[in-house]
Amino acid sequence: MFQDILVTGLVNGGVYALLAIGFSLIFGVARIVNIAHTGFYMLAAYALYGLAVKAGLPLAAAMPASVIGVVVVSLACYKLAIEPVRQHDAAVLIATIALALIFQESLLIAFGGHYLGVPAVADGFATILGVRVSYQRLVVLAAVAVVLLATWFLLNRTRLGLAIRTTANDLEIANLMGMNVNRVAMLTVAISAALAAVAGVVVAPVFVVDPFMWLSPLVTMLAIVVLGGLGSLKGSLIGAFIIGFVEAITVFTVPAGAFLKGAVALTIMVVVLLIRPEGLFGVAFEEER
Amino acid sequence: MRTLLALPRRLWGNLKSEVLVLPSRIFVLAGCVVLLALPLAWDDAYVLRIVTMTAIFAIYAASWDLLAGYTGQVNFGHALFFGIGAYTSALLSHHLGLPPWLTVPIGSAAAMAAGFLAGIPCLRLRGSYLSLATLAFPLILTGLLFAFPGFSGGELGISGLKRVVAAPLANYYLAVVLMLVLVFLMWKIGDSHTGLIFHAIREDEVACRASGINTTRYKLLAFALSGLFAGVAGALFAHFLRVAGPSSLEVALSFQAVIWGVFGGAATIYGPVIAVFTLYPLTELLASFEIFKQIRLLMSAVIVLLVLMFMPRGLAPWVRDKIERVCPRCKNRNVYTRHSCRLCDASLN
Repeated sequence: MFQDILVTGLVNGGVYALLAIGFSLIFGVARIVNIAHTGFYMLAAYALYGLAVKAGLPLAAAMPASVIGVVVVSLACYKLAIEPVRQHDAAVLIATIALALIFQESLLIAFGGHYLGVPAVADGFATILGVRVSYQRLVVLAAVAVVLLATWFLLNRTRLGLAIRTTANDLEIANLMGMNVNRVAMLTVAISAALAAVAGVVVAPVFVVDPFMWLSPLVTMLAIVVLGGLGSLKGSLIGAFIIGFVEAITVFTVPAGAFLKGAVALTIMVVVLLIRPEGLFGVAFEEER
Repeated sequence: MRTLLALPRRLWGNLKSEVLVLPSRIFVLAGCVVLLALPLAWDDAYVLRIVTMTAIFAIYAASWDLLAGYTGQVNFGHALFFGIGAYTSALLSHHLGLPPWLTVPIGSAAAMAAGFLAGIPCLRLRGSYLSLATLAFPLILTGLLFAFPGFSGGELGISGLKRVVAAPLANYYLAVVLMLVLVFLMWKIGDSHTGLIFHAIREDEVACRASGINTTRYKLLAFALSGLFAGVAGALFAHFLRVAGPSSLEVALSFQAVIWGVFGGAATIYGPVIAVFTLYPLTELLASFEIFKQIRLLMSAVIVLLVLMFMPRGLAPWVRDKIERVCPRCKNRNVYTRHSCRLCDASLN
């Protein structure tokens, strides 16, 4: 059972980390609470289904194509729906909720409401520490590790990463220093959507694909970013693994745990907020000073 | 004879000088008359059912506005209060066999208590943290309900509840009259001294506290009041549909309150009500056409998106600013056609 918890916690935590870091990035840079974030994750899973199962492309080609497609869609959504209402926080919020609903309904019409399956990259099991772990889960772990490292490199070792971190730190000063903050925001949207898309593409074979698959990770992801501190990438990463393991422990040790896993994770978030209202690694934003 | 005529004449005089001078007031009066007279003109069971549901959701949307619009505590988990109202009255009538006229008030009171309790942790949170933390509350409750299916009915919920009143027409009038009364009450609260403090808390909480106002007390009051009204809506909803299920605690229902509130215009009370009366029948109307059946939710999401692009402050304030102008001297409203203020005669141009 201990090994089960370890593997499930790592895989789910990794997927949550990809989602939460993307969400945190865009919140940090543009202060957008992007409810449609897991919508991109769902779009990527469906794009993979469409390309790999319906069109018969090989997975190696379908996966990058899905990610690129989702990034293009995200940029179009940002330009058309978010940017025109950027000055009004409430309107941005509703716009992202509406976008998520539009994704859900479009997919419902295009593919129907039933559960769909995507073939795994590699079939079969590996036995690690006496637990049978499917190869697809190992692929998920590897992909998560690679993408997280790449994101870390991009943010900390490139000029673009410096620009993103600067804008997140203080938008007005960054703007005064002559940075094109709108372009930085656009690029951040692209990176954030790409992270969500990678998560969607790698988990599509493990989980089922249906038009409501964006809802449950959305809530978990929001719990994680609040737990870790809004806008803090380190917090998102650590929060993701905390919630991933808490869910795994609840499912494997508590009776009726599958129903309670969400409740336990959210309760932990609320308790942490009561003790530390800014989350584990929260940063004070200028409007709260 | 003269005294008998004096009362109607005075009423007519008041109507002419207070209501008929402003298009928004005429609109509200016309809306009330249409709602109350609708069954006389169009006695169709389907229409009555839709309007009853709309009225119940209007109470719910307005209660969100009282908390989120006025006090600025943008609640993403408003379905908690709706669900607690629905489940409490359902559990009471299912397990104890209490009549609906007793369970609805108890359910509302339970929702009020829930509002107060949910408000306590929220005192420490602000802005986006508060929104995202409140999103969790109804989901925690859903998890608990699913874990005890024997008591709560699990995923199916509790069905076979009694209606508050038996006839559809009586149900219609119950919902509509209650909606009008409660919305008027909420609007009055928003307009009162307390409402002013709610506004102040949203605009600048620190300044509000510095002015000697106990903001903790007022924030908890806002949570409790909002919970109470949402609980009434939830209990009515459960008894009208005769079932209380986990869908009354869904994320979608919480988001629906946010959509209605912002689409109609936050911190107005009448805005969300107008939004519900526009969007809810619209989606039902779209569903009645075969071609739109599949895409009604898609259509309503697109409509919300398009409307927000052109009127980011919401539908009702946008329309109101088009047809009325505020007098620069006495701050009273005037029809846009007037050139001088109707009360202080200042020039409006």
